[in-house]
Amino acid sequence: MQIVNLEEELLDLVGLVDVVSWREAMTGHSDDYDIAIVEGSITRESEMERLKGIRQKARILVALGACAHIGGINCLKNFFEMDEVLEYVYGKDARYFDTIPARPLSAVVPVDYAVPGCPIDRKEFLEVVKALLLGKKPPIPNYPVCVECRSKGNVCVFDKGMTCLGPVTRAGCGAICPTYGNKCEGCRGLVDDPNLDSHKEVLREHGLTVEQILNSFRMFDGYMEVAR
Amino acid sequence: MKDGKINVHYVTRVEGHGNIVVDLKDGVIKELRWEVPEAPRFFEAMVRGRSYADVPHITSRICGICSIGHTIASLQGIEAALGVQPSEQTVLLRKLILHAETVQSHTLHVFYLAAPDFLGVNSVVPLAATHREALLRAIRLHHLANEWSDLLGGRTTHPINLVVNGWTRLPTGDELRGLRQRITEAIPDLEAWVGIFKTLEIPDFQRETEYLALQRDDEYAFYNGVIASTDGGTTPVPRYREKIHEFVVPYSTAKHTKAARESFMVGALARFNNNHAKLSPLARWAAEEMGLKPICYNPFMNNVAQLVEVAHCLEDSVRLINELLARGIREEDRNVEVRGGIGVGATEVPRGILIHEYALDDRGTVTGANLLIPTNMNHNNIERDLKALTPTIVDKSQQEITLVLEMLVRAYDPCISCSTHLLNVRFA
Repeated sequence: MQIVNLEEELLDLVGLVDVVSWREAMTGHSDDYDIAIVEGSITRESEMERLKGIRQKARILVALGACAHIGGINCLKNFFEMDEVLEYVYGKDARYFDTIPARPLSAVVPVDYAVPGCPIDRKEFLEVVKALLLGKKPPIPNYPVCVECRSKGNVCVFDKGMTCLGPVTRAGCGAICPTYGNKCEGCRGLVDDPNLDSHKEVLREHGLTVEQILNSFRMFDGYMEVAR
Repeated sequence: MKDGKINVHYVTRVEGHGNIVVDLKDGVIKELRWEVPEAPRFFEAMVRGRSYADVPHITSRICGICSIGHTIASLQGIEAALGVQPSEQTVLLRKLILHAETVQSHTLHVFYLAAPDFLGVNSVVPLAATHREALLRAIRLHHLANEWSDLLGGRTTHPINLVVNGWTRLPTGDELRGLRQRITEAIPDLEAWVGIFKTLEIPDFQRETEYLALQRDDEYAFYNGVIASTDGGTTPVPRYREKIHEFVVPYSTAKHTKAARESFMVGALARFNNNHAKLSPLARWAAEEMGLKPICYNPFMNNVAQLVEVAHCLEDSVRLINELLARGIREEDRNVEVRGGIGVGATEVPRGILIHEYALDDRGTVTGANLLIPTNMNHNNIERDLKALTPTIVDKSQQEITLVLEMLVRAYDPCISCSTHLLNVRFA
């Protein structure tokens, strides 16, 4: 739905590509495609098969958004037993439904590129699609949110007495959460070589318990080792 | 088509996955189901163990369309549990950003998802050639709503700066004046679409049902209120379980609900039917132009009711901004005293009443949650409408029947991925 929100740019975009299947915005469907853009994490056995089918047909598979990219918020349920979660939500009717621990697309099939974040940045999505059309590697930053936060002239979140995942989280959002008075919650996933030990030490020094440190990573990065 | 099957595996142009399954024999329904096979998501289970402060940002992720509404219902539930009364400024600003979401969601639905049906095309894209001016007006309105959310919430979806007992970043007076000007300038775009909609042929189908909406004495309720019914009577939000009853059907991961009758409807039409007398003058004009009169039992008119509400939200937002400017924007203390408790929040989101209930321990950690999603409340009514509508159109071709049934589902503007994680947890 963030893509429907592109509006004018979307109309330009559909002039460049042939959208063959987009259930949320159009009626009609085709299995003949080069690029598949998939959103959401995998939370049922049947979705693994469906994703494998898409992977076979697509030359390029793009994970769209935090859930597809890193597992995202759905992975919060992975810290409970699946039977217990089903029982909690559906009670005596739990038997009708199935669920497996949530995982990113890359846990099931090879993924070529990702548009990170929750929500995705609409402009970044356009950049990724343009790069793919030109046969280039999409330009996703591999430096931490702190770089963008400093360039905005924000007061460091730690200096305001809060804690933040900015030092280990992939930039590209323009440090939007610190800019609007909040902490970075890590929705874009970790940079490629995060210095996690040192960052956990910083969080400890700022008074967070081990449980609180894990909880801060679990919000979006629950599938990653750092949160377990 | 008197005999045969219709199997719409994924209704398109709705948020999430829903299927219509029909089996006809001699023009009589052998079987008809509205199936929601979307993966359940378990947010109520997932928020257990999290700090109260994280919860609005987690539950915001239930939906990419009504993330502002989820944030607000969540804040209200937590504030009720903590015994916090947010300031008047906080509430006025929350009302203003909630209007942004209503305009954003209604324009997305009416213009981009539903209008293609009424104009005979399969998506909004062909309208760029055939209805360019109207489409540009639609884009302007929707774009305004997006930037309105950006301005107040930091971004279009999943607002950043709405927190328990306040705002982490307040808009400036200049920003609010700029917004007021843009809203005022958008009114002709809305008026033009009212002109288009009054010429469109809306299917004439009526089925009497119960309509539930929040209600207030002093305004057309969006932010909060008591639960009102067109069958009469009101229920205070904390006692919502006495009014709204949930049950599971095996073919749907979303639960079904009923109130006094076998099913009920929530959303724009339900709000209009309960609260039409409190609409703004522009909204009342729009309703009259498009022939929407209370009590309207035609679910297809939900599209029209949404457009009426866009008019109301635009006009009411000017009032809210005037009030905020007259008061003056000031930084406020957001600190709260953490304590344990149970709290219920309810707000009108684009698709109807949204209820968030939380139990907190004395450190402010969530120990239980219950979320009631408006699309969920509508599933049962959708299925009963489909059952009532189908026998009246069996003389049409299979293709035409399919289109009308899909249009009916779309008229409800279902947000299916939202609706697949509801439960009825009883707090001990």
